[in-house]
Amino acid sequence: MHIELRDVGDVRVVALTGDLDGKSAPAAQEQLLPLIPPSGSVLLDLSGVDYMSSAGLRMMLLVYRHAQSVSSRIALVGLSEDIQDTMSATGFLDFFVLSDSVDAGVQALAAP
Amino acid sequence: MTASQARRVPAPVRRPSPGPVSGRIDSYPTHRHGDYGLRAGKPFPFGATLVPGGVNFSVFSSAATSVTLVIFEKGASQPTVEIPFPEAFRIGAVYSMTVFGLDVETVEYGYRMDGPFDPVRGHRFDPTRILMDPYARVIGGRDVWGMQPDWGDPYQHRARIAFDDFDWEDDRPLEVPTTDLVVYEAHVRGFTRHPSSGVKAPGTFAALKEKIPYLQELGINCLELMPVYEFDEFENSRTAPGTGEWLCNYWGYSTVGFFAPKAGFAATGRLGMQVDELKTLVKALHKAGIEVMLDVVFNHTAEGNEQGPYISFRGLDNKTYYMLTPEGYYFNFSGTGNTLNCNNPVVRNVVLDCLRYWAAEYHIDGFRFDLAAILGRDASGAPLSNPPLLETLAHDPVLARCKLVAEAWDAGGLYQVGSFPAYGRWAEWNGKYRDTVRRFLKGEPGQVGELATRMLGSPDLYTGRGTAASVNFVTAHDGFTLADLFAYDEKHNEANGEDNRDGANDNDSWNHGVEGPTDDPAINALRARQVRNAFVLLLTSQGIPMIVMGDEIGRTQLGNNNMYCHDNELAWLDWTLADRNADLLRFVRELVAFRAAHPVLRGSEHVSGNDADGDGLPDASFHGMAAWEPDWSPDSRVLGLLRSGSAEDRTPDVVYLALNAHWETHGFQLPQLPGGLSWHVFANTSVPAPGDVHAVGEEPRLDEQSHALVGARSALVLVGR
Repeated sequence: MHIELRDVGDVRVVALTGDLDGKSAPAAQEQLLPLIPPSGSVLLDLSGVDYMSSAGLRMMLLVYRHAQSVSSRIALVGLSEDIQDTMSATGFLDFFVLSDSVDAGVQALAAP
Repeated sequence: MTASQARRVPAPVRRPSPGPVSGRIDSYPTHRHGDYGLRAGKPFPFGATLVPGGVNFSVFSSAATSVTLVIFEKGASQPTVEIPFPEAFRIGAVYSMTVFGLDVETVEYGYRMDGPFDPVRGHRFDPTRILMDPYARVIGGRDVWGMQPDWGDPYQHRARIAFDDFDWEDDRPLEVPTTDLVVYEAHVRGFTRHPSSGVKAPGTFAALKEKIPYLQELGINCLELMPVYEFDEFENSRTAPGTGEWLCNYWGYSTVGFFAPKAGFAATGRLGMQVDELKTLVKALHKAGIEVMLDVVFNHTAEGNEQGPYISFRGLDNKTYYMLTPEGYYFNFSGTGNTLNCNNPVVRNVVLDCLRYWAAEYHIDGFRFDLAAILGRDASGAPLSNPPLLETLAHDPVLARCKLVAEAWDAGGLYQVGSFPAYGRWAEWNGKYRDTVRRFLKGEPGQVGELATRMLGSPDLYTGRGTAASVNFVTAHDGFTLADLFAYDEKHNEANGEDNRDGANDNDSWNHGVEGPTDDPAINALRARQVRNAFVLLLTSQGIPMIVMGDEIGRTQLGNNNMYCHDNELAWLDWTLADRNADLLRFVRELVAFRAAHPVLRGSEHVSGNDADGDGLPDASFHGMAAWEPDWSPDSRVLGLLRSGSAEDRTPDVVYLALNAHWETHGFQLPQLPGGLSWHVFANTSVPAPGDVHAVGEEPRLDEQSHALVGARSALVLVGR
């Protein structure tokens, strides 16, 4: 799992690359949580993630719950159709704001 | 802010513990087996449970001499490792062990049990078999419906480990008052598998979720799902002679694992996420105001008789789990080869643990027990007067608000409709309601008196138990569809490959002149009317009405009354029927709404015949062609049923049903209404659509208030307002 970080205005864009499964999810979580700024906005770019297992989805929800606990907002962009279907069927999608593109996501999160 | 309005505060996220040192003492292994750290486990709970750093495995066998945990990588035919339970890890007859360092997402596990093979004494241990954990919460091996498994695999149904950490937010079981329920019985796959369903993943829990708006518009508030516990669609599967069709275990009344949802019903089953998918469906249904009732099959298992496979129970503790004859063969009260030994204390606890698990972990609102009379038999098959299992379930704290519904008979001849041991909690599928309504609508003589009783919640059967003890139905998955009930005299089960011998012969059905489909407009009109008559009776009767998937849009099975083995377009719901039979769908929707609008139809107590609200009309009264003069004679085929009570706002709630199952039109003198009220027509099945039904509150006033004509084989529903 590879993680890249850039700030676009007040929005932090975090791009994940690689599979998110039971082997990679714990490390990804260790890396991701400190990147979430309190009372900030984070756009998770998942266009580089081809596969997300049950453990990967749980990691995502933990990240969301963490963001909520530090009053941060979080949105997702770049989900493959497969992952989006899986997240929809298993209810994980209901927790997230989805954006069609990084720009749209940044805009949505930047809006007050 | 009151407590009930308390806002849900997100829990702080705890960082994963950096290592075992800061964790619990028992997160250290004390033993080793190869690469795996071990520790004596905890006997409770049974099954595989996530604990800090590892997985706790716990399994019971009263007579095993040794037990081995067998670990696989997901899908592998050969085990990764086999770890015998050290003798020191056994407490009583429970073997428990914590194994550290497993990747819980990719592990599958089973057990090998050694012990005596001595069928006469009930033992059938075979250490060459790998056995599934009866408490497995996820089961692999049939991950995608109908996909050919590897038959050479020694372990067909593979226990996996579940994350029981679903985020329910504020959801919990809905606790809809029992008398307000309108049940809709559906097959998960059949509901959306048809190409016309227009969903993304046909035949799955996720697809069912997409169709919730349809159920909401219909107005039902309880979805009863045919078996969703893991079963094997390949059990007894075969190719039909002649047609070459694949016949399979489509219905699923044969459980492989009681704690696991059917993977093949989940769009995400190939990813092992069926637990989350089913929970997501339940949560979404609850948001839509719809309860979820599961059809549960505790009377037998998928292991069949002595010729059947070793899946789990047979090899773990045959003598405990099955009812055995003195010679060691399997009693067959279920008609499927074996009978679960439900009143053995251990098995009783399995059933209780299972139902608690579904109620607590899946927020299931109620259970319908298949062939429930078996649950009241003792180990030798004799009916018990005070069956401990039924009593336990009735008084269980976790299940305290769950609906418990019994199919109060079994294949061994025990028929307990009206006498099922209820403990103030159990309701029953009222088979007598079904039979009476069918006979009345057919025009059989001598039915009017019994019909009146059935429509008032069967007080003859359920004295002291209230009206909600009676689940009323005209059709169920088992038998004809409603459209077929009025289109066939005989069952037509040839496609099942048993020369039409299977399925019930006593259907009280009638084809109205031609067997099966016809172009005769008069016959088709009459059948359509009969379907509406049946819905009128069902939805205006006291008790809990149950509708079968598709009956509201005229679904046919072409006369097959036992579709258990067909996974084809005849078994699936054809959604184009919703357009083709839009008039019927509208009729049923309005009737469901009518029931909701008239509390007098939903009273929890049986009627008294007294005028409790002082409006001059008793709560129920019987009439004939002359008001206040019911005709109970054997040749009578007419009944007027007047219901009178009060709505919540204390305004009068008066409904009159004029039912005519005779082949001629009859004039009914109408009972006189108390001052200020006049008769309005809600439904008249002898009038073609759209005049057959009116929206609640928009019923037109009858011009003639003292008489009404009720057409041949028709039902007239009036409201006084």
